[in-house]
Amino acid sequence: MRILGLDEQKLMHRLGLAARANGTTGAATGAEEIVVNGVAAVCDPMGSLYLPENGMLVVSDLHLEKGAAFARRGMLLPPYDTIATLNILSAVINRYDPKIVVSLGDNFHDRKGSEHLPEELRSLITAMARGRDWIWINGNHDPDGTVDLPGTCTDELFYGGLVFRHEPSLISGKGEIAGHLHPAATVRRREKSVRRPCFASDGSRLLMPAFGVLAGGLDLRHKAMRGLFDHEKLVAHLLGRDRIYSVRYSNLIG
Amino acid sequence: MDVIETQSSGRDAALLPRPFLKWFAEKGWQPRAHQLELLSRATAGENMLLIAPTGAGKTLAGFLPSLTDLTRRGKIPPGSAFAGIHTLYVSPLKALTVDIERNLMKPVTEMGLSVTIENRTGDTPQAKRQRQKLNPPDILLTTPEQVALLLANKEAERFFKDLKYVVFDELHSLVTSKRGHLLSLDLARIRRHAPRAQTIGLSATVADPMDLQRWLVPQGENPALPAGLVHVTGGAAPNITIMKTDDRIPWSGHVSTYAMPEVYDEIRRHRTTLIFVNTRFQAELLFQTLWTINEDNLPIALHHGSLDAGQRRKVEAAMAANKLRAVVATSTLDMGIDWGDVDLVVHVGAPKGASRLAQRIGRSNHRMDEPSKAILVPANRFEVLECQAALDANYLGAQDTPPVGEGALDVLAQHVLGMACAEPFDPVELYEEIRTASPYAGLSWEMFERIVDFVATGGYALRSYERYAKIRKTKDGRWRISNPQVAQQYRLNLGTIVEATELNVRLVRRNNNGSLGRGGLSLGKVEEYFLEQLVQGDTFLFAGKVLRFEGIRENECLVSNAFSLDPKIPAYAGGKFPLTTYLAAQVRSMLADPDRWRGLPDQVRDWLSIQRERSIVPKQDELLIETFPRGKRFFLIAYCFEGRLAHQTLGMLLTRRLDRIGAHPLGFVATDYSLAVWGLEDMGTMIRSGRLSLSDLFDEDMLGDDLEAWLNESYMLKRTFRNCAVISGLIERRHPGKEKTGRQVTVSTDLIYDVLRTHEPDHVLLEATRRDAASGLLDLGRLGDMLKRIRGHITHRDLDRVSPLAIPIMLEIGKEPVPGEAQDAVLKEAAEKLIAEALS
Repeated sequence: MRILGLDEQKLMHRLGLAARANGTTGAATGAEEIVVNGVAAVCDPMGSLYLPENGMLVVSDLHLEKGAAFARRGMLLPPYDTIATLNILSAVINRYDPKIVVSLGDNFHDRKGSEHLPEELRSLITAMARGRDWIWINGNHDPDGTVDLPGTCTDELFYGGLVFRHEPSLISGKGEIAGHLHPAATVRRREKSVRRPCFASDGSRLLMPAFGVLAGGLDLRHKAMRGLFDHEKLVAHLLGRDRIYSVRYSNLIG
Repeated sequence: MDVIETQSSGRDAALLPRPFLKWFAEKGWQPRAHQLELLSRATAGENMLLIAPTGAGKTLAGFLPSLTDLTRRGKIPPGSAFAGIHTLYVSPLKALTVDIERNLMKPVTEMGLSVTIENRTGDTPQAKRQRQKLNPPDILLTTPEQVALLLANKEAERFFKDLKYVVFDELHSLVTSKRGHLLSLDLARIRRHAPRAQTIGLSATVADPMDLQRWLVPQGENPALPAGLVHVTGGAAPNITIMKTDDRIPWSGHVSTYAMPEVYDEIRRHRTTLIFVNTRFQAELLFQTLWTINEDNLPIALHHGSLDAGQRRKVEAAMAANKLRAVVATSTLDMGIDWGDVDLVVHVGAPKGASRLAQRIGRSNHRMDEPSKAILVPANRFEVLECQAALDANYLGAQDTPPVGEGALDVLAQHVLGMACAEPFDPVELYEEIRTASPYAGLSWEMFERIVDFVATGGYALRSYERYAKIRKTKDGRWRISNPQVAQQYRLNLGTIVEATELNVRLVRRNNNGSLGRGGLSLGKVEEYFLEQLVQGDTFLFAGKVLRFEGIRENECLVSNAFSLDPKIPAYAGGKFPLTTYLAAQVRSMLADPDRWRGLPDQVRDWLSIQRERSIVPKQDELLIETFPRGKRFFLIAYCFEGRLAHQTLGMLLTRRLDRIGAHPLGFVATDYSLAVWGLEDMGTMIRSGRLSLSDLFDEDMLGDDLEAWLNESYMLKRTFRNCAVISGLIERRHPGKEKTGRQVTVSTDLIYDVLRTHEPDHVLLEATRRDAASGLLDLGRLGDMLKRIRGHITHRDLDRVSPLAIPIMLEIGKEPVPGEAQDAVLKEAAEKLIAEALS
């Protein structure tokens, strides 16, 4: 799907957080612990999800080489998005030191991305993957999997009571961790509104925020989100400046 | 300066060919002196600038040199060699080209001249445009964007080689914008195709005519003599008054609804009234208010830039046919369109600039020997002062148009690509050509090379896009486009007007079962950001109706009739002008001089008198700072009178500094007149005890590090970056094959900005952004001038309560959108509620 980049994602916060966090370990002070389908999970303000029971780190919608993908079509966007995204990824990997890394699809912005990835960026990923398992879930932007990168490519992963896939299933969302939709939520208070990317979960399913630095967001009220959540239980965990802010869906528009 | 009597003597009539003399005689008219002066000097080979008020026959004057030349040439015999256009007329408005065609065809037909005249705009059908290239008219009437398109074509030379005259209408309004920058570059290229072509500029009165006289001729290494000047002054002095009202003049706000009964009475008393407002929102609201009191059902119409083009054309036609009694309009009607028998201009809200006021008043009584009649309706008390100041200025003929300024770099990038689309270019030749354009006369070779590099591969230090280059250097040292798609892409994205993403508003009907019908009337366009804050069922004012927001379907915003008079979402604000420096100085001097208060309404005079008792009224060059507590907060008000943009920048910088000093500022709000900062610490006590030094706080050094630090996070800079990214061609508005969908920017420019700034802060596009922001959005020049002016002239008054002068800005608090810093506070508030819920 095409995501419109019209929201106010505060990228600088994440770049700054990543710069400060590099070297520190353990859950961030502003992280939020939640439970999805009975499994404990930590939402990190940099946009990753950590499952302590399995030592698993989940990120979604990296959209690596988005700049290059646009350049191939004649729009010469800055070629720095991949390195910026990988820097944040490296910071969360250092922080949690996971056994397994799962990238939930749309890992690259287009089919050519991983094949044309410059060598120095490729070696960055190889270094990060050393000593851990790495799973690339295929997304709609990159359905053919990755080329010449460590790890395994697959459409779906069932693991530790959860199922990991790119696009949320329309049949059952129980225990599902998915990406694809780039959820963002708008909080409105006294005529003032703020929009941020978020983790969205009703306790049964969780949608991941997009991790890529050039990925936009889609509001939870958008029709593409319809039917995915029990709105009574849905909570948006918004990425703030240095912490997660959790707000009930019914309470977003105050 | 040549000041020309407007009556001509018979001796110059020899300049005119027989059909012209006959036509003037039949009409019982005489050619005016300035028309003949312009004709004789242009015929003798001079480039010319004509400055004249509306109604002085400017258009005919501008075309006389080419019409007489064409008459002498006669009809081109069939079978002759291809002839390119003879005269190019460029106007900032599409509507104006249509209007001019009509107005010009009339005398041409009556004189029986064999001259072909056509217009060419974005609306011209493809077939006709194609035919115009094969068989050009003598006179082509067009817009700057079309000129750029024609020049980026392989056949440009053939099309322009016979050109004798280029006529620029409304030159004063063109030159100060990026459109003007692009047009100056296009003029440089036209001169290369047609070295002997002459320019004729038509302009309203401007502060510095020499700016325009230079603009019209080649600059660079060997600048040509400035264009000759014919300056028509005079005309009858306009009759301007400020609306007297029995009602209370509001303290703040911008809408003037209080005065609508009086305005309605004036409409009844006049044939046709033009009601000018500053924003679309004002237009909408006043139009609706007028109709609620329109007991006589007078034909009153609405005209603003967001309305559907078809609807606008209807209003224009009805206006020209004198079928309307009043039109409520924004700046879309500012320029020289012929408006039939307008006998009254009502200007609602303060005019914000003396020249702008003069222009708008020129709309009434399109004959310069009769006085124009205008009424100003201030929307609040400060605007009363501003209106009075503007009124004095108009009588004095003061001018405050901005200078031409340095050419923008994003525009240059667009032009460089366009020139590569026309034909492979030699960089040295193109550089010299570009420097003949006056806004780019000072362009350095190094910057030019960076721009070429940017156009080719994005200009990044990390050179990873060589294989995706848009233009490449060939063996002979020329730059050519890599493939034909590049040219196609250029044509689709050309232009310098970057609109916010807009959605069409369509009025649909709610069926009985609650579903929405298809089809329905298209009402116009609104910006996407406005719609984003709406939820289904919200009501708002647009196209003169209260509408209910139903949702977004594909690229359309669906609305239904709300059948209500009370919209829930108040503001759909379209562009606001900041107060000009000149007018600001006038307001300050009026405030400082109680003798001049006599002309003001009682309420306003009383307001100032109480201010004088409770606090002080600032002197001309003095900056008054007031501090006082209110509620649980402490306020600091600075009466700078430098316009909203400069105040906003100042507010950002001051709060940074106050934060560092420990005053814990919580927020600020800026109007055209003053700036209010509030916080948790008593700033009054801090100043008196010496913990806070006002001269340090307002020191010019804030334009150094503080500015740099703030700029990097500023949303305003991001907005500027977006414009630069689009104009320079980094981001496409439209992509080949996808012309029809509106929402094309599929990647957020805010995100691109952040990434680029982190990894290559010196990139040329960031430099372009900073330059733009400094002059435009942030008004840094003006802020710097003010800080210099007030050094040693700051007066502080520590008060125990709000002062009269502070009331207007205090009422603005809470209406401003939330600034970046405070966004997390909103999130925190929402999240804490959840925590409380969880703990209870």
